[in-house]
Amino acid sequence: MDYEIVVLTNMAIGILFALSLNVITGFCGQVSLGHAAFLGIGAYTSAILTKAGWPLVATFLPAMAMAALVGLVVGMASLRVRHDFLAITTMGVVFLFTGIVRKQDFLGGEIGIAGIPAPDFGRPGLLVMALACVLLYLIFTIRIRKSWAGFAYDSIAEDEDTARLLGVNVPRFKLFAFVAGTAGAGLAGALYAHQVRFIGPDSFGFVESISVLAMVIVGGIGSIWGVILAAAALSALPQFFQIIDDFKLLVYGLLLFGAMRFAPDGVDGLLRRLFQRGTAP
Amino acid sequence: MKVSRLSVSDVTVSFGGLRALEKVNLELDDNQLLGFIGPNGAGKTTLMRVIMGLIRPQSGTVCLNGTDITKLPTVQRVHAGLALGQQIVKPLRQMSLLDNVALAVGGQKLLSPLHALLARSRNVERDTASSLLERVGLGTEMQKRPNEVPLGHLKRLEVARALALRPELLLLDEPLAGLSKPEASAMADLIAGLPRSGLSVILIEHNLPEVMRVCPNIYVQANGRGLALGPADEIMAMPEVRQAYLGKDV
Repeated sequence: MDYEIVVLTNMAIGILFALSLNVITGFCGQVSLGHAAFLGIGAYTSAILTKAGWPLVATFLPAMAMAALVGLVVGMASLRVRHDFLAITTMGVVFLFTGIVRKQDFLGGEIGIAGIPAPDFGRPGLLVMALACVLLYLIFTIRIRKSWAGFAYDSIAEDEDTARLLGVNVPRFKLFAFVAGTAGAGLAGALYAHQVRFIGPDSFGFVESISVLAMVIVGGIGSIWGVILAAAALSALPQFFQIIDDFKLLVYGLLLFGAMRFAPDGVDGLLRRLFQRGTAP
Repeated sequence: MKVSRLSVSDVTVSFGGLRALEKVNLELDDNQLLGFIGPNGAGKTTLMRVIMGLIRPQSGTVCLNGTDITKLPTVQRVHAGLALGQQIVKPLRQMSLLDNVALAVGGQKLLSPLHALLARSRNVERDTASSLLERVGLGTEMQKRPNEVPLGHLKRLEVARALALRPELLLLDEPLAGLSKPEASAMADLIAGLPRSGLSVILIEHNLPEVMRVCPNIYVQANGRGLALGPADEIMAMPEVRQAYLGKDV
């Protein structure tokens, strides 16, 4: 039973993490190759606070705030650079993050932070909490999708110059996406730290950033349900099959390549096409 | 004192060593339709882009209704009453023609993400958008995607979308380009009917017969300098205008 709970909790954290990138990359169209840095910021913030005696729930807000603060700064970069250059900039963020963490003694340096206290409410409690966080964040992203914010993001993701000429305040919407997305990653990080109870700089590197990007792209950029499906599957698989875990970058890289080449709109698009074929006269 | 709808003063723009605009001045009152002509490379689109804030001039000012907007970003100019119909149509291809226009009707909702999050219904905006699409003759194609309609209709969509911004000054950059003769003529008629109290239109066009037919006044630019501004027939009779257009003395 314990093992199933661990797998499910990891899935929930993976889904939350992927949904948070989906706001930035899926809705707003801003490629991010460094999203794991924000997972890391949330994890470190929360771990330090619970080790100092804070209850886990109380660390959620600071974890989100720290991640969002750095997210805001990276978001400002997105106002100046676009497309490939933004991808490279965000890639730099994750290297910068791990580089800085490695050198800070109070963050545990190379060794990381061990002995993160178990949540008072035990593993099942952590699962329930993770599911509650996923649910709340899911409601939030559905709200974005269905509201005028989603409408505006559609225009920005397609052509931000035209969006601007139609009166969309592009910089503000971009910054909002970065803040909302990185705050979500920070929250996922807080849960993650208390799930594994040991964190180090290697847990939040480039590989993790590519993994979460693969979840979003395989699911279908911008599609909430597709991303949930892909994130659930891709975060569970390495737990069941050791070989996938060993060759994570290779597997996720192939999946990314395969999705971009054969199903640019991801699982969501594939299912849609299948469904349409099924109902066509 | 009467305030001009648009007032461009001494605007200079250089791209590297190239002077695209040299101390250009332009005044426009309310309820006007101004034809804006000039040979290729005259700096027409550059001036439009300066007015919209897509290019920052090295010197000079742009005023809308007497307010200096030279330093305002594009989106704020749009909300202050400027709209641009671009030469190369840029529809949002992932949404219907109706939603392309409805988005532009959104106004305040597009300024702040928090405001946008609280607003869900698009019904009011879609109603306005559908009447605008009717007005430009796209009433039967509202639900189509941009990829499903011909260029002539996308040109009309561009106009409808610009009107959706409720502009006080509408800039149209070659809306007739690429259209067949009857289409161009119908589009020119549509544009001729736009100016009213509260709305002036500047029409950049190479299609001189149509410009002469619908525009009471014409502004001519050549080599980045303003050449002449006045009633259409007088302007076309001026030797310097004919020279700029035909490239030799006539």
